[in-house]
Amino acid sequence: MSAKGVDLKKRRTLTLATSAVGAVGAGFVIYPFLAAWAPSERAKAAGAPVEADISKLELGQLMRVKWRGKPIWIVHRTEQNLKDLPTLDPELLDPTSEDTGQQPDYCKNPTRSIKPDYLVAIGICTHLGCSPTYRPDVAPADLGPGWKGGFFCPCHGSRFDLAARVFKGVPAPKNLVIPPHYYMTDTTILIGEDKGAA
Amino acid sequence: MSMMQNFVGWIDDRFPMTKVWNEHLAQYYAPKNFNFWYFMGSLAMLVLVIQILTGVWLAMNYKPDAQLAFGSVEYIMRDVDWGWLIRYMHSTGASAFFIVIYLHMFRGLMYGSYRKPRELLWIIGVIIYLAMMATAFFGYLLPWGQMSYWGAQVIVNLFSAVPVIGPDLSVWVRGDYVISDVTLNRFFALHFLVPFVLAALVFIHIVALHKVGSNNPDGIEIKKGPKGNRWSDKAPADGIPFHPYYSVKDIAGVAGFLFIYAAIIFYGPDMGGYFLEDNNFFPANPLQTPPHIAPVWYFTPFYAILRAVPSMYGSAFPGVIAMFASILIMFFLPWLDRSPVKSIRYKGGIFKTMLWLFVIDFIILGFLGTKPTTATYKLMAQIGTIYYFAFFLLMPIYSKIDKTKPVPERVTE
Repeated sequence: MSAKGVDLKKRRTLTLATSAVGAVGAGFVIYPFLAAWAPSERAKAAGAPVEADISKLELGQLMRVKWRGKPIWIVHRTEQNLKDLPTLDPELLDPTSEDTGQQPDYCKNPTRSIKPDYLVAIGICTHLGCSPTYRPDVAPADLGPGWKGGFFCPCHGSRFDLAARVFKGVPAPKNLVIPPHYYMTDTTILIGEDKGAA
Repeated sequence: MSMMQNFVGWIDDRFPMTKVWNEHLAQYYAPKNFNFWYFMGSLAMLVLVIQILTGVWLAMNYKPDAQLAFGSVEYIMRDVDWGWLIRYMHSTGASAFFIVIYLHMFRGLMYGSYRKPRELLWIIGVIIYLAMMATAFFGYLLPWGQMSYWGAQVIVNLFSAVPVIGPDLSVWVRGDYVISDVTLNRFFALHFLVPFVLAALVFIHIVALHKVGSNNPDGIEIKKGPKGNRWSDKAPADGIPFHPYYSVKDIAGVAGFLFIYAAIIFYGPDMGGYFLEDNNFFPANPLQTPPHIAPVWYFTPFYAILRAVPSMYGSAFPGVIAMFASILIMFFLPWLDRSPVKSIRYKGGIFKTMLWLFVIDFIILGFLGTKPTTATYKLMAQIGTIYYFAFFLLMPIYSKIDKTKPVPERVTE
């Protein structure tokens, strides 16, 4: 074969076209591999609502239930706790819960709850996902004299008050999330469902 | 011709065995003035081999299942014959790998081994370091202890701080809404895979090294110097064949290394909680974060940087950027150093001071990363973070104005 008969332009075009088709094909093949990393149907189905019985929850106590693999806290707040909440407002990042992504509309109130006595919150720090520690003690040595009870994240030092609102100047950027929930009876809460904002 | 020569000839006609042996060992001329610091490269390869071998052996008894993982590690420790030794070799090997690599990188910083023509060699090295960190991170989840679980939770959540796509991205990495069995299973697969990628990258690193030739403590290009030595009149006068000279020297390094490595395995495999953290002796509990969590020591400098940067505009993203930037900035090092000389031996006081302060800064950041945050520690971490970046970003200025010494023609003895 002589080089004379070779149409280099045509050859380049064909090489380019073949490569392009090949690249598109490779793109299609990559998709299943990437999609296989998404949550499986079983993982998605595991998000069923859970019931919590709060009849035995004493004043000042915290209980944990598991919903979608995450800890849900229920805290029985004391009268003093509720009195302290508004006094903390100036130290908080979002005292009036303006960020609508962090709670259902029916919890956008000063106590961030349906019933003021009970706080229901997802116990996962909005910074990097650790579970903060419940610190109901007032003015402990490590948290300072201004501490009126709340949650302290051991991982990066974020602080939250007893309405799960974040303090200013800590790594966590947002208040803790309040999950959708409603009271089935006076002492039973269903977490994960709110009957269309009941 | 003897039978042996016949056999070698038969192979050489079909595979370049003698050619490769000569090009990379018997006739690869390395500078004759290598010192202690030049042990680290070969030690890193040794540790990689140890890690792959012990890792495959552990995989024969380990179960990547959230219900069984913790128990299977205890089973290896108690019931598998010599299982405890293989596991301690692996867990100590992980820390040893990072010690050796940090010393290897420091050697590069001291002697300017990243400078032209070794820019790409350095970049491949940084990629190897990234692959190592990924491997270590995947592996740390596998024992499924409290530290495994919450450490992975924090690191995977770094992705969720990325604006817009973040939350979906972290779900995609986990394959679930929390760290779960799915995550454990895939991290096991990745922990098995990446070391082989690592081995391939090490091969590429060595190919690149042998193309440009080794640097040396004087930072002199022996290939540009006079020619002719005992073995060849075309080889650099200051070069000696890698084999047997450096292969034998490296064996001495291996003996020294194994002495320390074995002492840790037998007498202190948890290294006071630094190599194996206390909290990881508790099974993972998704409802309870341990009172104090910290990554293993080799990640703590970067963890301290992450914590030092406060959230801005309602997002934790700036801290995440700072942490990744602190690693990625290493890629640019070859172009940040504007000094006319390579080696610290001929650099001036400013560069020497900056480099030693950087070493101290890295150790202090590493220490802070293991501690809970207090106001003082946070301020220290912030100062440390600023210095960390200043070392790199101001280098074009201070390396240029620094007073250097004249570099000799030939390597010094």
